[in-house]
Amino acid sequence: MTQTPSQTVGPFFSVGLISPGGNVLVTPETSGERIRIEGTVFDGAGHRVNDAVVEVWQADARGQYRQDPHFSGFGRCGTDADGRFCFDTIKPGPADAPAGVRGAPHVNVIVFARGMLVHAFTRIYFSDDRLDDDSLLGTIAAARRGTLVATRTESATGAVYSWDVHLQGEHETVFFDA
Amino acid sequence: MKATTSSGRDWSVQPPYLHEPYKATVLRSPRNPLVPVMDGLSSLAGPVFGHGSVEPGDADLTRVSGSVAEAIGQRIHVAGRVLDEDGRGVANTLVEIWQANAAGRYFHNVDRHDAPLDPNFVGAGRCLTDANGAYRFTTIHPGAYPWRNHPNAWRPSHIHLSLFGRLFSSRLVTQMYFPGDPLLPLDPILGGVPEHARHLLISRFSSELTEEGIALGYEFDIVLRGRRETPMEQR
Repeated sequence: MTQTPSQTVGPFFSVGLISPGGNVLVTPETSGERIRIEGTVFDGAGHRVNDAVVEVWQADARGQYRQDPHFSGFGRCGTDADGRFCFDTIKPGPADAPAGVRGAPHVNVIVFARGMLVHAFTRIYFSDDRLDDDSLLGTIAAARRGTLVATRTESATGAVYSWDVHLQGEHETVFFDA
Repeated sequence: MKATTSSGRDWSVQPPYLHEPYKATVLRSPRNPLVPVMDGLSSLAGPVFGHGSVEPGDADLTRVSGSVAEAIGQRIHVAGRVLDEDGRGVANTLVEIWQANAAGRYFHNVDRHDAPLDPNFVGAGRCLTDANGAYRFTTIHPGAYPWRNHPNAWRPSHIHLSLFGRLFSSRLVTQMYFPGDPLLPLDPILGGVPEHARHLLISRFSSELTEEGIALGYEFDIVLRGRRETPMEQR
């Protein structure tokens, strides 16, 4: 059977897709290091995109999906008036890839927006991890690899990783044919 | 040994990122080729939403929860099946929808269309498919509304749908249209889909789904990227 074609989320997605707390993946019982991931979505002219949706899907602290009953692994955030999004989550463990290849810890990301007829797949890696051996990062041109790496800073409330999405332009994020 | 893989996006039916008649795509379309992923991303199982994520009444958009007052407009049932590419029903998967009211206005502070809001219509619903992949919503026929893409531009009546399926890569956000809408050939969003595949987004009027004295019925099946079991190479 033929796949149903994709269409844009449009500008009014928050009516159906956004509910309070959708970007908080942790509960007090969740195992792992609490982190915040935050960033901004930009278009090809460098303008902030205030009507994008960022979804994350990640492994738990042990690198496994859907195993910690206190951690769903899924989060969703609509960008605010300044194009910003954030997630309160945990640092995932080394990736538990289905093919048995253990890659560097990462978060899988889907980006939707008004003006995107199909969503885009990308990934967040973490600047303080060893990334040299990751099989996927190794296939990406060195000049673009940095678009997949979130930069760690320490704040009073814990570690914050900064990671922006550039839909187009000089700093265009690497998107996957997933 | 068998490996579960996804079939990949079928770019002969999926719209491209850049479709110039839809102006917002011009600055929001990635221009670099997509990077192939070899480490299992396309076969990664996706999130699962249990019955706790859906409340009774979430599939009926004609009443605001806890209220007896009804939304204004033509009442409709929208129903169908969520299938994979092999035609198997996708059970227990979350379907989220959102739409404009009968006057073509969204319950959203960015919508400045000078058409009335309906206090009895929020325009959002959700449900889980049953064991056969079937879903059903009751709502009202959404109105067309103007937008600023080009002079005298109007979006055809449509319902937005969001689906997950079994895999992370089977995620789909799309829009369902209505048969016979004269705005369909003029719409650059539907027009982003290759012409031979546009009919896949147009629901069918259904006498069987139509409920006597209550609501018209529209049928809309959704096909998600499949889970294919393929023999794994021995290494």
